[in-house]
Formats: sequence, structure tokens, C-alpha cells
Amino acid sequence: MKFLGYTLGDPSVPMPEQTPEHYQRMGAFVEEATKAGVLLATGGLADLNEGVKVSYHNGEYTVLDGPFTEAKELIGGWALMECRDKDEAVEWTKRFLAIVGEGDTTIRQVYGP
Amino acid sequence: MTDSQAHAAIDTVIRLESARLIAGLAHYTGDIGLAEDLAQDAVVAALEQWPAEGVPRNPGAWLMTVAKRRAIDLFRRNSELERKYAQIGRALEAEGDGVTPEYDRAFSDDIDDDLLRLIFTACHPVLNVQARVALTLRLLGGLTTAEIARAYLVAEPAIAQRIVRAKRTLSKARVRFEVPGTAERPARLSSVLEVIYLIFNEGYSATAGDDWMRPALCAEAVRLSRVLAQLAPAEPEVHGLSALLEIQASRIAARTAPSGEPVLLLDQDRARWDRLLINRGLAALEKAIDLGGERGPYALQAAIAACHARAFRPEDTDWSSIVALYGVLAEVMPSPVVELNRAVAVAMAYGPQAGLDLVDELAGESALRAYHLLPSVRGDLLLKLGRGAEARAEFERAAALTRNERERQLSADRARAAGADGAG
Repeated sequence: MKFLGYTLGDPSVPMPEQTPEHYQRMGAFVEEATKAGVLLATGGLADLNEGVKVSYHNGEYTVLDGPFTEAKELIGGWALMECRDKDEAVEWTKRFLAIVGEGDTTIRQVYGP
Repeated sequence: MTDSQAHAAIDTVIRLESARLIAGLAHYTGDIGLAEDLAQDAVVAALEQWPAEGVPRNPGAWLMTVAKRRAIDLFRRNSELERKYAQIGRALEAEGDGVTPEYDRAFSDDIDDDLLRLIFTACHPVLNVQARVALTLRLLGGLTTAEIARAYLVAEPAIAQRIVRAKRTLSKARVRFEVPGTAERPARLSSVLEVIYLIFNEGYSATAGDDWMRPALCAEAVRLSRVLAQLAPAEPEVHGLSALLEIQASRIAARTAPSGEPVLLLDQDRARWDRLLINRGLAALEKAIDLGGERGPYALQAAIAACHARAFRPEDTDWSSIVALYGVLAEVMPSPVVELNRAVAVAMAYGPQAGLDLVDELAGESALRAYHLLPSVRGDLLLKLGRGAEARAEFERAAALTRNERERQLSADRARAAGADGAG
């Protein structure tokens, strides 16, 4: 089963500065999750304000540049995990959060095409 | 957190830590049977303590430390095992008595190597294939004997027995807990790859087992191949197997109709193929070839699967490449089944008569005498050549030879349809 884990937060609050030690621990964690065959893909997202919204309504496209005022948005990173069940995805997410410090990560099962 | 959430969390942590724990303990004791017993003791302790005290911050280290203490207790009571436990004793003294807070200290520095040793030991050729499969699923996959029994439609005590006997055989044969040396390595590695491949196939094909466990077997085999690719990255065939399994797994959603009927490769809705898995498979195949493994049996099968994966429509399939790849595969792994597959590819590339000529050369092969796909392929080619009556006889033979009910039905239907064509 595939799960997407992502972090929701207030995009107007700047991300805390990461120390080299943080990066090193995160690197070790990513290596462990990859070696366990769990981590399929992971990535980070640029600042929401640099994003673009593309809408299509009534046959019209609207392209809107940031900044946006959203209370909660996907911030930071995301990870696509392959786990045997949701409990495993929860456990890996706990381990991830233990490294990043505090945060709220949402886990959603991903269905195939 | 509710009680059931807490229990699920504990079970999950234990399952995730299980293989590393057993691998680390086997490194200390040199005996995987003993390692599993010690790990089990630690798990029992965790199930007693964690619900009340919470899961420790570093559960793997906690389990390892408890298991090692248990080993010391056993040692004190059983002098026969002195030699084995003396090692652990020294290691524990060096660490001090407290629960070590970091993995680095509870596990040996090379836990990855221990895991690789565990894979090689569980798949040791001194064991028969069934025993290797059961032991691998138990020790590396963390599946319970009940889950393994369910997957293979075997009674649970039989699986438990199989695992006990396997561990006894390893112990009797004095199989050392190590990664094999250069001379032994190719044969030992191919034994490991075979086990992972068989686990996948058991889930992928419809020979037995219940529908609930089958996807789990496929998923476990793919996971094991990914783990192995990380642990033994220099071995081309490891990537070859990984590529093959990723690409085959990419088709899982498309290969069964909503009614449960199998859908043949050329009839599958390719929009439902999982592109992420295909890309992972193609990348793994590239790695295998970069490492000089293009003539490895798994890499070749992956390359054939890749020809299908790259074709967005069946008519885009590069059949002449597939013919060439089957030709090489037949050289490195001669088998009438490979020849039969090559004949099918030849028919697709160069017309049904060319394929039929090859199939007819195979008709005398004793290995294929009871193989239902031979008459099935022959019937298919005869039908394409407009020889309906002969095709009908072949499909009837195919129906009589298969033991799978769905395949029997399919062949019987084709026989009827071919008969109708022949009459018309």
C-alpha cells in the first residue's frame, strides 16, 4: 500500500532554521527508510507565495500568481511511502516527526492509476 | 491514543524492528534459531511493559538490550552454551548495564551487513526451497506462521514445523552466519534471488492461496528486492530481479478484471499500469546493465518486461527486440519454457507460421509434455492461420492439462469458439 505523508501548516510562519546536525539526522533517517524499502520518493515544496494557481471554470482559464492567504497549506515536504498497512505508515511518520521537531503530518493512502 | 491504537502501534514497532533485531542477535550468537528465541523473549517483555510505560524512544535498542540480557541469563543457567554467550557477555560489559539510548551502541556498527547475512543464511542452499521461503518470510518479512500458512494454503502447524526443521538443519550443517566469500557467492546469491522471485510468483500467479494474502506476498517480495538492492548494490542481478519485480508489480491492478478473471498482457488497460513502478523498474534495469549484468537471467527477463512497459499501446511493442532477448535468455538459461515464449514472440514479430514452426520443434520435449501452455500456444497460432479444427483439438488438450479452474474454463471456451470458426 502506498501512502503520502505531508505536512500542513501556516504558510505565513517562516520555517525554523535547520542546523547541520538536523540535516545529518534527516539524511540518516532517509537512508534508513530507503534501505527498509519504505521510502519511494520524497521532495520539498518551494514557498507557497512563489506558487501559481491555475483555474478552469466555465471554459475559462485563470492563472493567479501568489502571494496567497491560506490559513493551512501544504508546507515543507512530502514523502511517498510503501508500507504493509496504515499502522506502519504512522510509525514511520512518528520517527520522521521526532527528527523535525514539531509539526502535523497527514497520511493519505494513494491508489494506483 | 485508544487502547487498540496503542496495541497496533506496539505490534507495528515490533514488526518493523524484528528483522534487524534477529539479524543483530544472530551476529552475536552465530545461530539464527537462538537469535529468534531471544528476540521473542524481548518481544514478550515489550508486550508486558510498553502498554503501561509507553513505547520507548528507541524501541529497537530497547529490544536488543533486553534480548542480550536474556542471553546472559540463559548463559548462566546453561554452561553448554558458554562459548556462544561469552561473546555477548563481553559485548554487554563493554556497553555498561543501562538501556543504550542509541542504535549505534545496541546494534553492531554494521547492522546492514547483519541483515545481509541473515538473508543469505535464511536462503542457504542446504535448505529445500519451501524451507527457504518460509524462513525468509518469517525472519526477514516478520510474517507470522499463521500468515505464511494462509498465503500458501498450508496448515499452520506444518509451517511452524517447516521453520523449526529449517533452523535445525542450518544448525546441524554448521552454516555460518556470514556473507559468503567470492567463490561461493554466485550460487548463494542465486539461491537468495530465487526465493524472492518465488515469493513474488506465489502472490502473482493463481495456483493456490487466499486472495487476501496474495497481494501481501507480492508486496513483500518487492520490498525484499528493494532492501537487497540497498544492501548489495554492486550485484547486477540483484538490480535485475528488482527491475523485473517492479515492472511486473506495475501491472497488478490491470491484470485482473473486476470479476476476478485474469486479463492477458496484450488485453490490459495500460493506463492502469503504475508508471512510478515502471520508472523504478527501468532505472533498476539500467543499473543492472551499467554493472555489466545485461546477460543475467533476471536482467534479461526484466528487459523483456521493459519492452512491454515502454509500449503505450500493444501494437507499439518492439517484438523483434523481445525475440532477440529471448534468444539470449535461451543461451544463458536453456529451458523449453523459454523457447516456447520465444516462439510466441517470433509469431508476433514475423507471423504465426514462423512461430508455429518453432513450437512444432518443441513438441517432442518431454519437459513440456504435461505443460498446458504448449497446446494453448499452438492452438492460438493454428487459429491465426485459419486452421480451426486443429486449433480446437489443441485447446481441448490444454483444458485437459491445466489444474487451474479459470484457465481450464478459458481453454474450453476457446476450443468451442475455434470449433465454430472451423465449421464456418
